Amino acid sequence: MSILLKKHKDISGFIFINVTRLLFLMLILMLAFILIKIIVEGFSVISWEFISSEPKNNMTEGGIFPAIFGTVAVTLLMILFALPLGIFSAIYLNEYAKDSVFTRIIRTAVNNLAGVPSIVFGLFGLGFFILFVGKNLDEVLQTGLLFGQPALIWASSTLAVLVLPIIIVSTLEALNSVPKSHRDASYGLGATKWQTIKNVVLPQARPGILTGTILAISRGAGETAPVLFLGAAFFLPNLPIVDLCFGDYCIPMINPGEQFMYLAYHIFILATQSSNPTKTMPLQYGSTLVLITLTFLLNITAIIFRYRFRKILGRL
Amino acid sequence: MDKEINIGDTISKGDVPNDITMNSSPFSKKIKQSTRIKESLIKYFFAINGTAALIFIILIFIFLFKEGFRAFEHIQLVDFIYHNRLAEDGTSSKVFEWFPTSDEARYSLIPLILGTLLTAIPATILSTILGVGAGIYLAEIANPKAKEILKPIVELFAGIPTVVLGFLMLVVGASFFNDLLNPTNRLNAFIAALGLSFVVIPIIASLTEDALHSIPNDLRMASYGIGATKWQTISKVILPAATSGISASILLGFGRAIGETMIVLMAAGNAANITSNIFQSVRTMTATIAAEMGEVSQGSDHYFALFFIGIVLFTITFFLNLIAEVIINKMRKKNTF
Amino acid sequence: MKETKITVKNLNLFYGEKQALADISIDIYSQRVTAFIGPSGCGKSTFLRVINRMNDLIDDVRITGKIQIDGIDIYDKNLDVVNLRKRIGMVFQKSNLFPKTIYENLIFGPRINGIKDRKVLDEIAEKTLIQAALWEEVKDRLDDPALSLSGGQQQRLCIARALAVEPQIILMDEPASALDPISTAKIEELIDELKKNYTIVIVTHNMQQAARVSDYTAFFYLGRLIEYDKTSRIFTNPSNRQTEDYVTGRFG
Repeated sequence: MSILLKKHKDISGFIFINVTRLLFLMLILMLAFILIKIIVEGFSVISWEFISSEPKNNMTEGGIFPAIFGTVAVTLLMILFALPLGIFSAIYLNEYAKDSVFTRIIRTAVNNLAGVPSIVFGLFGLGFFILFVGKNLDEVLQTGLLFGQPALIWASSTLAVLVLPIIIVSTLEALNSVPKSHRDASYGLGATKWQTIKNVVLPQARPGILTGTILAISRGAGETAPVLFLGAAFFLPNLPIVDLCFGDYCIPMINPGEQFMYLAYHIFILATQSSNPTKTMPLQYGSTLVLITLTFLLNITAIIFRYRFRKILGRL
Repeated sequence: MDKEINIGDTISKGDVPNDITMNSSPFSKKIKQSTRIKESLIKYFFAINGTAALIFIILIFIFLFKEGFRAFEHIQLVDFIYHNRLAEDGTSSKVFEWFPTSDEARYSLIPLILGTLLTAIPATILSTILGVGAGIYLAEIANPKAKEILKPIVELFAGIPTVVLGFLMLVVGASFFNDLLNPTNRLNAFIAALGLSFVVIPIIASLTEDALHSIPNDLRMASYGIGATKWQTISKVILPAATSGISASILLGFGRAIGETMIVLMAAGNAANITSNIFQSVRTMTATIAAEMGEVSQGSDHYFALFFIGIVLFTITFFLNLIAEVIINKMRKKNTF
Repeated sequence: MKETKITVKNLNLFYGEKQALADISIDIYSQRVTAFIGPSGCGKSTFLRVINRMNDLIDDVRITGKIQIDGIDIYDKNLDVVNLRKRIGMVFQKSNLFPKTIYENLIFGPRINGIKDRKVLDEIAEKTLIQAALWEEVKDRLDDPALSLSGGQQQRLCIARALAVEPQIILMDEPASALDPISTAKIEELIDELKKNYTIVIVTHNMQQAARVSDYTAFFYLGRLIEYDKTSRIFTNPSNRQTEDYVTGRFG
């Protein structure tokens, strides 16, 4: 039986394993390079002033506050539109709909929506929200040219459609992970379908839904192409804010009818259309560092959330 | 909420709940009309929301076509392929150019399609090598502990905004390869393709990992059980079983590369050349829309032509996604026992 | 004196084309424990779920025949299923407590029925815990997560949760199959106690358990009710050959 003592030489396996390991290492190095480059070049620019002040001197100096504000405002409205629609949609698909040709078509539509090129969303926003919805609103309400032009609300609406699949898919996963036995218990106690969804299913699905929400915000904040012709502006002297007054009492609100500055768009503009690209290079890196910090923080939060969610469910 | 609380009544009266045999009426209680209506209203409410994704796909379709087809009011379908240039001596020649702002407007999509392919195909090839390799490493080779850290890294990769990648290719990548390879143009298809791979690699990697992960463990056990090595198991058993899933991931990656805008807009040079030289500037369909839509006057031929490009893009990616989805569904069916 | 609680006549159940229950007729008595026994897949659990119409939740199920509780046809089109399920508590094979506190689990049923008064809810919680013989063990930790309890305690909490909606009938689907012998004994004691006030139907794999806790036993085989009689008779002197083979362990 000496053959058992002979060690089997799996040379091709050895090569293969190390090649894939090498490929993966390259990926990590690429990611590390991107991060390190941005941090090294951008870090010196970051200061409270950079974050909190406006661009100056034809955008060759100053800060990026309006762009940060615009990004927050747009994604806030976006999630306000997308979240209820996405959650309700997923509830229908997972809790109410039977498996039929129709629901399979809807599921295919969800996947397909996720694959539509972002620039096409821009065209859609222009054709549908601005030229159809907006123009018709103007006509019906006799408001002249108020709604039928690029504005924050249309950028948010379009981005909401863009991130809708992200919210639907993660909500579906979350709802699906609630065990059937818990639903049975609830029905067995005489709960109606809606009571069961509201009291048993949704509370358990909450962390999963939150994960999807964070991912959607991160995606929306990073998109540039759809907002190019939906109201993202080069430079605006004023923030898109309007005072909402009840008598004497006024609260500042996001003005959905205004144009806005957008961090991702700002980077694009600085890098390609600046009057002096070399001089603004530090600003470009600084803005990039802010954007990537924002999206990375959001993504890492989402990943940690999902990790803990799955761990609770014993699925890891 | 619901006010049908005869149970509650008995309790608050402090009754013992157990005098049951006396009270047999509850079973005969008919459905409360209000509850029934409420439940079905809720159902319809969700059903309406449920169709949102489908409605938006249809709306995208309708409004792209609504605007895009108006291009045919003045432009012929053949104009999107070539322009017939009449010389002074009466002869005509075919011109494949995209130049809508010229007095003699030319609308050939050929340079844009070629530009798209010259960036998307190399990006997909590169991403397939790196992405499939990384996916295999994640699914079959990395130990579970390492996997817990490595998978999120791939996801973080996927979360980098494309404008950041475009920016880096523009300011870092272009200079680096300009010195290294001395290309025809500083910004070119190769630089853009490299940038695109950063987007495509995570897609292919995570979908490949999914495809491998969905293969039943029995198959691995069976292979190891008859004395196969790891390499034999992966190459002879696992990969063949995952072929369809991996090809779906490549299709989806390719669709993403075709549809990506910011990277090619910033790094491909944007000259509508007809070329097979990867080191020359090219202009893609997406970049054309992005660059020109802001400046074109609404309702002009040029404007509608840009929407027509949108239709072409949407159609290509729609079918790529659909095919990938069919493949993935088939695979899922096959792998569930 | 025994009273009939549930009457079933010529019940058939189909999953699509497949017939899962065939021509079942049975009377189940009030304040007695009735055990359903039989090999896996014989239809006993399916039949249990017919009684509180849990099968309604599955698509493609068709039922013919009659099933009455207190003389009322529970498959009547106008009958309120939700109300029916409130009157019939169900305990499942695996404890399926919600990931909430012990207290929240207990008052889930009363709360969805519209009881909001904290004092009333507290009373219900205490009373049902006492009924389920769990009060002493958990009275100081009502706000702990329910999932921190031991397996046997979890299952008894499931029973308590079912009692909180004041059912008249309790259906138990192998309630002790996942438990150790000591916890099982506690559950059986509890069943014995509860039968004074409730009609109890229990599905079990465990022949000794059926013999210990039940007054009546029904033997199912291949979707049919083979024999139904007093438990003592089923286990000592069954009239059917298949029943005898099964209870003596010759098959199944």
